[in-house]
Amino acid sequence: MNISLSKRTWKRHLLLMGSSFAMMYPVFWWIGASLKTNSEMGSPSLFPGAPQWRNFIDGWTAIPNYSFTHFYISTFELVFGVVLVSLVSCSLVAFGFARLDFPLKKIWFGLVLVTLMLPSQVTLVPQYVMFNAFGWVNTYLPFWAPSALGVGVGGSFFIFLLVQFIRGIPRELDESAKIDGCTYFGIYWRIVLPLTKPALVTVGIYAFLWNWDDFFGHLIYINSVDKYTIQLALRLFMDTQSAMEWGQMLAMSLLSIVPAVIIFLLAQRHFVEGIATTGIKG
Amino acid sequence: MNAQHNPPLSAGNKQARRSFRSKLKERWESPVAGYLFISPWLIGFLVLTLWPMFLSVYYSFTDYSLLEAPNWVGMKNYSLIFGNDSVFAQSLKITLLFVVLSVPLKLASALLVAMLLNKEIKGMGTYRLFIYFPSLIGTSIAVAILWRNMFGADGIVNRIIGFFGIKGVNWINDPDTALSTLVILVVWQFGSSMVIFLAGLKQISRDLYEASSVDGASKLKQFFAITLPMLSPILLFNVVLQTINSFQMFTQAFVITQGGPVNSTYMYALYLYDRAFGRLQMGYASSLAWILLLIIGAATALIFLSSRYWVFYEHERKGKA
Repeated sequence: MNISLSKRTWKRHLLLMGSSFAMMYPVFWWIGASLKTNSEMGSPSLFPGAPQWRNFIDGWTAIPNYSFTHFYISTFELVFGVVLVSLVSCSLVAFGFARLDFPLKKIWFGLVLVTLMLPSQVTLVPQYVMFNAFGWVNTYLPFWAPSALGVGVGGSFFIFLLVQFIRGIPRELDESAKIDGCTYFGIYWRIVLPLTKPALVTVGIYAFLWNWDDFFGHLIYINSVDKYTIQLALRLFMDTQSAMEWGQMLAMSLLSIVPAVIIFLLAQRHFVEGIATTGIKG
Repeated sequence: MNAQHNPPLSAGNKQARRSFRSKLKERWESPVAGYLFISPWLIGFLVLTLWPMFLSVYYSFTDYSLLEAPNWVGMKNYSLIFGNDSVFAQSLKITLLFVVLSVPLKLASALLVAMLLNKEIKGMGTYRLFIYFPSLIGTSIAVAILWRNMFGADGIVNRIIGFFGIKGVNWINDPDTALSTLVILVVWQFGSSMVIFLAGLKQISRDLYEASSVDGASKLKQFFAITLPMLSPILLFNVVLQTINSFQMFTQAFVITQGGPVNSTYMYALYLYDRAFGRLQMGYASSLAWILLLIIGAATALIFLSSRYWVFYEHERKGKA
């Protein structure tokens, strides 16, 4: 009995190792390839003959006039702005939906869920026309403003996730605060918000990642290299290279996922919980 | 401390004030406060979602070009799209093909691996980390560059299959294989579907499996008789989610294959983008957007309708028993 059981466990281990290998092989290969010369590129070997650290140095400054330092600063400016305003607006809205009663609440909340599924193409053109009329094209306002109103990238998802979380916080806490004369904003700020921290971390992580990875929005609204984000810079890099410098390109691509990987490793638990409890996106 | 020192009269007064205040609160404060709290989203929804949707309907009946004011053209855009636009037909065909190929493959991989992970064994955290990793880097340009290199004519994929004696093809530049490289890419990123499946699998009672083992059911039988029915609501959820997402596939096709070769990966969203921002035909693009919305809506409705036959809800069974 015991033997057959451990045999089964072994089989499972083998299968899991196989799948992990298949999933991670491209990533390991990528790390190796970022240190390879162009002629070594086709080799399935994970390790470069002689590591070309120059790929990282040359790649960093490969785009004329702007180094990647500039693009990282721009991207962080865009993304941190979005994360900050998303946290403020989505937590306020979620508190309203989870804790307060008001007419038409069910309808509005239903609409939050509907927009979760709404393809962005339908609002794309008029939104562009609108932001263009405001003179917002080639600024980061088309990203900050919608997020500040809870309808940016992932906005409905964040509201939904936070509502679910706040509903799980015992209402007795609000009631006793109310009796002590606390205002609704006081309840939100002093009682609910501190307890919502884990969910806020999840929201912050997703807001960071999705906006970091967002390409379509950046492509449409940002058109001067001066304001380019990492995603746009990488595409520019790829398009302007006549003699494809694959090593440099893979090196810069690899660096571009480092922030996401660091955040993922630090907050893995929040991640998986976020997906498992609400299960949207991806 | 305070309560002890307060004279009784003041306490009673406070009580009365409180009940009056709480009545007032029920009538006015809660609705007003409620609307104040949700006002950011409400404004955002009305101004940045609902109003643009109306505008988008209107634009779809005009020749709006961003540079000139829109002129009403009636059904012209729609009749052009359905009558004369072979690129529309091609991109719709490709997109449908992509959805039909990628969604089942992605979900099947996700379910298989989720079942492997649904057990307490050593090193589970590491396995899960590795398997989820590709999904983390998602739709970034970085992955697109990696893919272009790996599936290039001299890329590593051809080297590896060459090692097994299979003659490589120019994956990205061959109209027969370009789409499959994109399918492989999205299937590789099955991580978040897997996590959802895993959460569902953990909800299935062990007793069911034990009881059927006693009755001598095989693993395969158990899968079809227990796992799949119990998981079917989650499966429905994943199918709907992935279908909606796949219809809107843009970035990878835009960067890896640029819609080519010979429009073999010219996804619907790519075509819409070219019409809107390449040729500034905002009216035409709005018509395309509404057609896409209706197609996605129809596909979702179809999935939900069919779910009556394959989704199993536990409370129904209990009701019948």
